[in-house]
Amino acid sequence: MRKIFTILLLLMLVIGLSNSTMAVSEEDKYGGTLVYGQGAPADALDPHMTTLGSSADITVNIFDNLVRFKRGTTEIEPSLAKSWETSEDGLTWTFHLREGVKFHDGTPFNAEAVVFDIRRQLNPDHPYYFEGQYPYANFSLGMIETIEAIDEYTVEIKLNQPYAPFLKNLAMFATGIVSPTAVKEYGEDVFKHPVGTGPFKFEEWVKDDHITLVANEDHWDGRPYLDKLIYRIIPKNSVRLLELEKGNIDMMQGLNPTDISKVENDPDLEIKEDPGLNIGYIALHNEKEPFDNKLVRKAMNYAINKEEICEQLMKGVAVPAEGPLPPTMWGYNKNLTGYPYNPEKAKELLKEAGYEDGFSFTLRTYSAPRAYNPLGARLATVVQQYLKEVGIDAEIEQLEWGTYISEGKAGKHTAAFFGWMADNGDPDNFLNVFFNSENQGSTNRAFYTNKTVDKMLVEAQKTTNTDKREELYKEVQEIVVDDAPFVFLNHMKMQIPIRKEVNNFVLYPTNNKFFHKVWIND
Amino acid sequence: MMSYIARRLLYLIPLLLAISLLVFLMIRLIPGDPAQIKLGEKGTEEDLKRMREELGLDKPLHIQYWRYLKRLLKGDLGRSIRTNNKVTNEIKTSFPATIELTVLSMIIASIIGIFLGVISAVKQYTWIDNLSMVGALVGISMPVFWIGMMLMLIFSWKLGWFPISGRINLEANLDIITQFYLIDSIITGNWVAFKSTLSHLILPAITLATIPVAMIARMTRSTTLDVLNKDYVRTARAKGLKERVVIWKHVFKNSLIPVVTIIGLQFGSFLGGAVLTETVFARAGVGRLLINGITGRDFAVMQGAVLVIATFFILLNLIVDILYAYLNPKIRYS
Repeated sequence: MRKIFTILLLLMLVIGLSNSTMAVSEEDKYGGTLVYGQGAPADALDPHMTTLGSSADITVNIFDNLVRFKRGTTEIEPSLAKSWETSEDGLTWTFHLREGVKFHDGTPFNAEAVVFDIRRQLNPDHPYYFEGQYPYANFSLGMIETIEAIDEYTVEIKLNQPYAPFLKNLAMFATGIVSPTAVKEYGEDVFKHPVGTGPFKFEEWVKDDHITLVANEDHWDGRPYLDKLIYRIIPKNSVRLLELEKGNIDMMQGLNPTDISKVENDPDLEIKEDPGLNIGYIALHNEKEPFDNKLVRKAMNYAINKEEICEQLMKGVAVPAEGPLPPTMWGYNKNLTGYPYNPEKAKELLKEAGYEDGFSFTLRTYSAPRAYNPLGARLATVVQQYLKEVGIDAEIEQLEWGTYISEGKAGKHTAAFFGWMADNGDPDNFLNVFFNSENQGSTNRAFYTNKTVDKMLVEAQKTTNTDKREELYKEVQEIVVDDAPFVFLNHMKMQIPIRKEVNNFVLYPTNNKFFHKVWIND
Repeated sequence: MMSYIARRLLYLIPLLLAISLLVFLMIRLIPGDPAQIKLGEKGTEEDLKRMREELGLDKPLHIQYWRYLKRLLKGDLGRSIRTNNKVTNEIKTSFPATIELTVLSMIIASIIGIFLGVISAVKQYTWIDNLSMVGALVGISMPVFWIGMMLMLIFSWKLGWFPISGRINLEANLDIITQFYLIDSIITGNWVAFKSTLSHLILPAITLATIPVAMIARMTRSTTLDVLNKDYVRTARAKGLKERVVIWKHVFKNSLIPVVTIIGLQFGSFLGGAVLTETVFARAGVGRLLINGITGRDFAVMQGAVLVIATFFILLNLIVDILYAYLNPKIRYS
């Protein structure tokens, strides 16, 4: 009896304690410093001047955009623009800006600031247009014809063609709004002196060592819980993990797949996971023999065991791809069955295509692991083995990354590994990028041409009706999966090891790390 | 002597020119287009063309080199393609970290290396000799990054004696003046920062010292053995001097001459090792600058970093040669 009583008492105590830790008062959440461990250093802290994730993870906390992604999603909600409307023809966008917002340097945020910031990226005659310094401008804002300030808090943007994903582009890291005063003051060096309206203010940048941000007390959406946010550069994944285990850093990017179980077994750590919007694929050059034959391309898809690659080699951090879109993206066609592993079927198809005795080709690969392929060049040797089983002889050719990309764009490969990370969470950012024949020479690396698909992709860009767009994208996926211009390989999950003291951190599908609402236990 | 030094300094000019040309060409021979890397996967062909024009990469090689040389003469190393920072600034902030590391490492390597070398020579073919020479062999053969990881795991992670990575504890609040953190902390009297900087330095310095220790020990051993067999040593012993005096006064000083050269030459491998050590220990130095430069095909940074390292190395060798003359008055330069 006494034993039971003691246990009951203990139980009550435990419940009581856990309740008390759960109910942290709002006030207690404020304060503290969070240290985030990065593998690669940032290159520029002007959101328009970088393409690196390591820079974007910082700038998204310094700069606000006109619109933003809802926490942990790719849905759009108001940010610096409190509302907006579109004209019937989808060409004119009017944004009503939030009033009373100030940049960190005291400059008032208004229509002029927005116009200045967008014009400086697009107009070569603008005094602050820095030649060759805005790698994303064409991609994110290139569809803008004119931009005008109607009054102090209204901006009107005219597009050169209706472009449905426009709003999503305005939420991308690359379109954060920079203080015009800072641009005028620092000129081309503005990337070292980031001034935005965001929840954190820039304090210090010690090259290759750390970058420090401090709370913006006056943020329009409330000050952040953290007082300070430090990004430390620690190049080696394994060393970064040691620092995390010791509590010298609170979160980190870049976990070696072999270290996953180590983190899982550490009572102080957990892994934040998100399906992630990305794809790894092999681009089969659709204009070159033998991949100009649809049957051969299908055979390639059947011959490779993606389940095994994802489960065994990528340690379950990846899911097999059924088609070009990640399954968690809106517009994903759930009816797709993809190409389950079936070497017999592959052989049949090869026979039908007239390649009964197989064939040989050159398979290009890069060396180092990338976000959508943790195996780097090893993936090519694995694929080579699978292909051998159906009689296809792949000769692997490895190139340096810069050359690899430029030759890939130019179509010098017969088949080559590529991947894609979502920019704005819109299916257009995958399907149009990969399959519009207009994009041959840049992102259509399979040199795929299908007039019907082209037409549907453009139509989907022009219509603002989401249901209609979804329908079009689903249809495009069916056609494209059947045409098999790629070997659809895998979607990587995103993983962030994090100390349990860190609360309220959410991964976003676009993979940027937002710290506004994160708080830390003392 | 003065004219010798002056002449050696004059030789520097064609030498540096040759190095600049060599580095310039070597960098452009390795595949990879900096404009493409800067642009990432998303840029269009048009963006690429514009960026190549902007970076001057569309011009023929000799024009590119001429432009580079003209700027170089004005002390301008250009701007980093990757970060757009002035390369001189990047080097100014990263070189001191590397100097701090290599100098400390050199001191450690010299003391331990010479000590081990002398001991093994004096106790030739005893277990002490065998042990230190096997140790030296192991030291030479072990990869730097592996030693670094092992030291880190044992002394930082397991025992907690040293910090794991970085250059200084961020809470030390050091005011940066010269970029040499040790010097800055002394100037500002910030002893917390001094202690933190030093404790961050020790493991990387030991890591970096392992290969040179072994080289120095082996060299010291063989030159000491040489001197030990000289007639004047026999004479010194014959006239009844204590063994300690014989070794440290007569043998040690005379055997040091070739060792000084080795230490000077080792500086090259110190800088090479710094690339790996700085990566493992997350220290922001010139080695890291170079690595980031290479991965981003950042021509200006690669050229600048290699040129500065080479100049430093040449100057150091000059100093070694002068020291040589000082240590051995028999050497006369004509």
